[in-house]
Amino acid sequence: MELIYVAAAIMMGLGGMGAAIGVGILGGKLIEGSARQPELAPKLQGTFFLGAGLVDAIPIIGVGIAMYLIFVVAG
Amino acid sequence: MAANGDSQTVSEYIVHHLTNLTYGKLPEGYERYDGSVVPAQGQWTLAHGADEMAAMGFNAIHVDSMLWSVGLGVIFCWLFRRVAVHATSGVPAGWVNFVEMIVEFIDGTVKDTFHGRNPLIAPLALTIFVWVFLMNLMDLIPVDLIPHSLMLMGVDYQKIVPSTDPNITMGMAIGVFLLMLFYSIKVKGFGFVKELTMNPFNHPLFIPVNLFMEVVGLLAKPFSLGLRLFGNMYAGEMIFILIAALFSVGLFWMLPAALLQIGWAIFHILVITLQAFIFMVLTIVYLSMAHEDH
Repeated sequence: MELIYVAAAIMMGLGGMGAAIGVGILGGKLIEGSARQPELAPKLQGTFFLGAGLVDAIPIIGVGIAMYLIFVVAG
Repeated sequence: MAANGDSQTVSEYIVHHLTNLTYGKLPEGYERYDGSVVPAQGQWTLAHGADEMAAMGFNAIHVDSMLWSVGLGVIFCWLFRRVAVHATSGVPAGWVNFVEMIVEFIDGTVKDTFHGRNPLIAPLALTIFVWVFLMNLMDLIPVDLIPHSLMLMGVDYQKIVPSTDPNITMGMAIGVFLLMLFYSIKVKGFGFVKELTMNPFNHPLFIPVNLFMEVVGLLAKPFSLGLRLFGNMYAGEMIFILIAALFSVGLFWMLPAALLQIGWAIFHILVITLQAFIFMVLTIVYLSMAHEDH
């Protein structure tokens, strides 16, 4: 039963790590892109939010499942 | 579980919040929670607890999800129709302004991403965006407010966020999937079959390989579409419930829990809008792909 906590921790940790790298690259490229062509910045920002939302989904789902494991399955 | 509110544990509290109000048919001879036995031919009734829901199997419907989602859809139609009827050529004000803003925003997004000719896409995108947004918005209502009020009136279970129910999100995704298939066949005709069988490797020998890869790719679209919305909303709801469970720990936790609740709610405003937007954009993109020849 204790392994459930480890599973939840791995789930949240790895999911968060991947998304952090992804959003980091995405944000960096957004700044780079809007520095090169400032007139495109609003359009790029819309696309950025779309991409961030897609990247964001996995760790958020992971956190939800992890919380379920910790508090309902193990608790 | 529902009746003894004071003595329930945290996990019981969470499970109670995540259980839908289910109406369905119990099989013959099933022993109910109060000891009564279901008569012959089965019995249509409201489920009481997870065991009865499992016993109902396929013959069940989530009453709360259906009522809330359809109700929100009716609110959306009523509101937008009222604004459309009252719209004039003068300077817009109040609600008219707001609705015009949304319609123009959707119109711009559709024009940017959809290059075919189809008068259905923009209204569809508007409906999906506003409807999903309204369903997600129910997440921001305090988690105990409506379920507990209804419990005092005798309704045991109530899950007010329809998009935390996979049946609703997958149902919408299947709707989008059927539209994709319909327009693929309508626009491309036999070319759709060709697209499925001849795409990566253009040789008759590779038809099984191509077919497998393309069908998996095709089925993955509605699956990920529905699951993404469900997963995000479910996780968000889960965290709201956990923070709410913090209130029961003790007086000392009241203030931090309240702050956490506010913080997560403010962050969640971004999430619910973003998820509604993503659902809409992906719908447009998928339908746009259905309209394009390779």
